[in-house]
Amino acid sequence: MSDTSANRDSWLTRNKLSIAPWFFLIPALFFFAIYVIIPIFESLWLSLYEWNGLYTADGESTAMWVGFDNYVKLWDDPNFWVSLKNNLAWLILYMLAVPAGLFIALFLNQTVTGMRFYKSMFFFPFVISQVVVGLIFGWFYNPDFGVVGSIWQAIFCEETTNILGNTTFKCSRPAPDILSSPEYATYGIIFAGLWPQIAYCMILYLTGLNNVASDQIEAARLDGAKGWKMLWYVVLPQLRPATFIAVVVTVIGALRSFDMIAIMTQGGPFGSTNVLAHYMYEVAISEYGERYGYGSAVATVLFLIMLVYISYFLWRMYQDEKVSR
Amino acid sequence: MFRKFNLSLAALAASAVMASSASARDLVINFDDLNPGPKAAFDAAVAKFSEENPDINVIVNNNDREAHKTAIRNFLTADAPDVTSWYPGNRMAPFVDAGLFQPVDDVWDENGFHEDLAAIKATMSRDGKIWGVPYSYYQWGIYYRKDVFDLLGLEEFATWEDMLAGCATMKENGVTPFTIGTKFLWTAAGVFDYLNLRTNGYDVHNALTAGEIKYTDPRIVATMDNWETLINECGFVDNHASMSWQDAIAPFANGDAAMYVMGNFSVDGYKNAGLTADQIDFMPFPTIDPNVPLAEEAPADAFFIPTNAKNVEDAKKWLAFVARPDVQTEWNATIGQLPINAKAEISDDKFIQEGFALLNQATGIAQFYDRDAPAEMAKAGMEGFQKFMLDPSTKMEVLERLDEVAAEVYAK
Repeated sequence: MSDTSANRDSWLTRNKLSIAPWFFLIPALFFFAIYVIIPIFESLWLSLYEWNGLYTADGESTAMWVGFDNYVKLWDDPNFWVSLKNNLAWLILYMLAVPAGLFIALFLNQTVTGMRFYKSMFFFPFVISQVVVGLIFGWFYNPDFGVVGSIWQAIFCEETTNILGNTTFKCSRPAPDILSSPEYATYGIIFAGLWPQIAYCMILYLTGLNNVASDQIEAARLDGAKGWKMLWYVVLPQLRPATFIAVVVTVIGALRSFDMIAIMTQGGPFGSTNVLAHYMYEVAISEYGERYGYGSAVATVLFLIMLVYISYFLWRMYQDEKVSR
Repeated sequence: MFRKFNLSLAALAASAVMASSASARDLVINFDDLNPGPKAAFDAAVAKFSEENPDINVIVNNNDREAHKTAIRNFLTADAPDVTSWYPGNRMAPFVDAGLFQPVDDVWDENGFHEDLAAIKATMSRDGKIWGVPYSYYQWGIYYRKDVFDLLGLEEFATWEDMLAGCATMKENGVTPFTIGTKFLWTAAGVFDYLNLRTNGYDVHNALTAGEIKYTDPRIVATMDNWETLINECGFVDNHASMSWQDAIAPFANGDAAMYVMGNFSVDGYKNAGLTADQIDFMPFPTIDPNVPLAEEAPADAFFIPTNAKNVEDAKKWLAFVARPDVQTEWNATIGQLPINAKAEISDDKFIQEGFALLNQATGIAQFYDRDAPAEMAKAGMEGFQKFMLDPSTKMEVLERLDEVAAEVYAK
């Protein structure tokens, strides 16, 4: 009796070090499984069904097995291709946040009185919610009362009175309605999205710049390096970890762009600013959607695209860890 | 796989109800409007119902409209009330098809609703049965600036030609004929519906939204041609695609635009924008083809009984109650809409009176494009209409795309 309990104790004691981390990981793993892993497989499975989200009175699902039909439909759906194209535009143009953040960080990386205040002002857009950024830019672009509209009115319009004697504007050419134009609306939203993203990249580079070895800078300076060459050959290589993180968060930010679109255009005009994440919401959950199978198919495609980046990211991290060990 | 926890939830809810229920019979009603007017009207009706039926204990769950749209998808299965508010037409179709509502033909038979609520019977029916009882609806038409019309010497337009001539006068005087905000798409569907109802009539509207005729059908193309004429010869305000319907009131209130194709709920918006009752007036959408009988657009709100209701007997009492002339009179006087029961009386508000006269003469009552057509079709259709309004040259491209969507939607 006492023998076995001593044995158990000794097994626990022997393996304490390898058990303890798992013990602490259990709650996190449990919730990660419930909220992330299982839903991924559920949504993969659901994408093979046609389902309007309803159960019958007895609690049976009304889902109908359709195999890969949803994916075939997706292939023929022009809205899907528009969304994919817009995702690509986001991915490419969002990358501007990385160099822009770098230059702002370099600019702010000096000792001037009140620099902390300026730094926090530049970081401010990242702190406020994306929804607020979207709203502000929506007003900014408004052709009637926004900044764009006011400037336009000052240049191309004259103030007159209408038939009732109220003030109104007659314009020689109509003000640009950026968010209602199928050609420019996406770029308008990306531009708005860049504002907080640049701030994010800036803060990553600012912390990176703190860790740049000053002895190397000094040595380079003694060797006569300055300006672009100093930046390119001495500073940037030391910022590689920061650049890597900045690229990764920007890629992920571009792929999951949703809030801005939902606030500024709801994917409109006529679906021309949709991206996959918003299109998925539109077909599955929104008022005119209720096609959960089809939405899951869109989600699956988005997931696969993200998987490419995430695997690369994880692989890189793994490599780095191996080296540092 | 998809059964999830609904059954256990339902069981839990049922046991909770059993534990708490006393001798009085419970009647659970889910309603979907927290705005002051509608809420007051509903509460007053509940109070009156309780007074007449002291043995029934009414339990009310009043929820915000948008939240209700999401919640109903769960509670019909998991924790069904005895009565719920919802919309007729295609909006009730998914629930009817999934067997989540029960038919109420007997309520209609016993109370003579077939005559009294005749206007709305077709849209409450599906698969040859009637699924609910409506309590209110409102008219659509053209709201216009009476003061602007007076200044220009214009009268209410009776025909399409009158309207085009009137538009020319407005444009000469620097007034944009129509305001609209198409950011949320559905407003454009109102214009389409009226052009289609006037060009082709009620039957074509129904056939189109039921998927029986194509969007490239010559009759629908004729509707779109008329729309193109309307855009070219009358015209809508610039930037409509970035405005909501409330934003679009601004040019109307300022006198820059003179007309608005809208539903009667918008009158509140005009008044809040500073317009007085003398400055605004209502006219029916003018006739395009004199041979087409006039049909109107009037979306209705209704009550339904879920299949899983526990107290069906009292639920039917409530349904019979809400369609009674005196109840509808009071209810709609409070919310400023129209009673559906032909025997009900109406308030002396001029828009309500004009609407009542209009709908009583109508040969058919359409719900609305996004209520008559299935959701997926409505979404594609309204996006197409917005695209067409921004660039009328895309007309055939839009219609052909809608045919593709229709082929898929109605094939199911």
